[in-house]
Amino acid sequence: MSQARHSTARSLAAHAVLILYTVIALFPVFVVVINSFKNRRAIFADPLAVPTAESFDLVGYRTVLAQGDFLLYFQNSLVVTVASLFFVLLFGAMAAFALSEYRFRGNMLMGLYLALGIMIPIRLGTVAILQMMVASGLVNTLTALVLVYTAQGLPLAVFILSEFMRGVSDDLKNAGRIDGLSEYTIFFRLVLPLVRPAMATVAVFTMIPIWNDLWFPLILAPSEATKTVTLGSQVFIGQFVTNWNAVLAALSLAILPVLVLYLVFSRQLIRGITAGAVK
Amino acid sequence: MAQRKAFRWHIAVFLAPAVLVYTAIMIVPLFGTLNLSLFNTGEEGRVFVGLRNFATLFGDPRWSASFWNALGNNAWFFLVHMLVQNPVGVALAALLSSPRLRGAAFYRTAIFIPTILSFVIVGFVWKLILSPIWGIAPGMLDAVGLKSLFAPWLGREGTALTTLALISVWQFVGIPMMLIYAALLSIPDEVIEAAEMDGVTGWSQFWKIKLPLILPSIGIISILTFVGNFNAFDLIYVTQGALAGPNFSTDILGTFLYRTFFGFQLQIGDPHMGATIATAMFGIILLGVGFYLFAIQRRLRRYQF
Repeated sequence: MSQARHSTARSLAAHAVLILYTVIALFPVFVVVINSFKNRRAIFADPLAVPTAESFDLVGYRTVLAQGDFLLYFQNSLVVTVASLFFVLLFGAMAAFALSEYRFRGNMLMGLYLALGIMIPIRLGTVAILQMMVASGLVNTLTALVLVYTAQGLPLAVFILSEFMRGVSDDLKNAGRIDGLSEYTIFFRLVLPLVRPAMATVAVFTMIPIWNDLWFPLILAPSEATKTVTLGSQVFIGQFVTNWNAVLAALSLAILPVLVLYLVFSRQLIRGITAGAVK
Repeated sequence: MAQRKAFRWHIAVFLAPAVLVYTAIMIVPLFGTLNLSLFNTGEEGRVFVGLRNFATLFGDPRWSASFWNALGNNAWFFLVHMLVQNPVGVALAALLSSPRLRGAAFYRTAIFIPTILSFVIVGFVWKLILSPIWGIAPGMLDAVGLKSLFAPWLGREGTALTTLALISVWQFVGIPMMLIYAALLSIPDEVIEAAEMDGVTGWSQFWKIKLPLILPSIGIISILTFVGNFNAFDLIYVTQGALAGPNFSTDILGTFLYRTFFGFQLQIGDPHMGATIATAMFGIILLGVGFYLFAIQRRLRRYQF
């Protein structure tokens, strides 16, 4: 009896702490989103109030859509993120398969070489990357960003995916070989579908830093035509610092897409992590 | 098996794309940067100067003052993360993993949300909230009777860096939480049950049984935090600009590198000194990772279930 009461008190305390931290985590986002729908006076008079019929105003969103080319920025971000993600997953899975499936000389060494990139940030090579992109005429193209992000994402992808591929049953692959399937067919038809949860985990871990990166868009592709959402909103906010409606609306618009993507993938993410992807 | 097999082309085909892209875009530029730091622009173009750039960086009082300032700030930035982010992350994970906790999925999802936001969003959101003009922070402190505590934290030399570090902690606490949560879930039930049979429950169970088992994960998180912090740039750039004000009190290695390489306002960009700073950062990160791998990771005891 006392045991039961004790555990009820404990779980209440656990809930209290978790709720408190959830509020801390979500509060800033909440404040920005509710205020983006209010008129200027209401933003300052009572920042914590939800918009009412009286204070509701979309002027911020109108300014953003009229001024910044946010649709284009959004499209650029989407192209860069999806293309990089595709290459990271494809090339990463192929390399991971080679490392985990075959025994060949230099296998260990190759694994270490590819894992090096997890520890050393690609940013330290920026100086030379920029010179290389200038030399090849890729500055201010989305291609430059896709190349950099693919290289950036590969080490972690290879590392996680090869851990997972070691878990794919050998019998299955050997059965395929006896049936005369080529190594390529075995990889694409048998192995890839089986490591889908791991691919989703890698996708989330790769996608977030790419979508949110400010450094490389700022340095490699700062032109109007190639701005990403992150860089676009940074520049826009810098110009409209005093127009609070516009700033809040721009922030809300930048939050929304990642939030939706995250909520779509979050179930996979948890499953991937708890399945032992990153231990 | 003495007979060597024919060259297996498919292995090369599988490896080639990843190795080529990785080598061309990551490894070669990294060495290019290291190489660039050994040159400088002389009267007739680029000349080899050996280690003289490093002599300038560490010897010239103006350069070395900026460098040590940035390094010191960076170390403090890292320390705040180690002291706040990781313990809070572990605590949240421990609470989340307690059995029969309702709504764990909701908490997990919600607490991870700041991590997915970009630095631009995070930086501006906090700048607005802490702004004395808007008055959310002073208003909230007023509500609990602590208005006198409010100060423009981001604008004061003494508090700006710590405030930024705490904002960064707020953003990234989800990562240690998730990884530790996964590690805690992977502890087999038998171990916990055995502990309970021996009367080890609650706090002492956490300290004596679970914590030793998740130490390797905490080690990995520490090293990831280290690499991330010594490579940080975005949050400072977004909130304080490339000058890392007030009066360089929030300057860390990333902003110092950016300012040196690209120039800012009155300063002219200098790729060679930029590369020198990048090389110094490379050395620092390598030292840290090496220290971890050889001094700490070897002493961590791993348990197999």
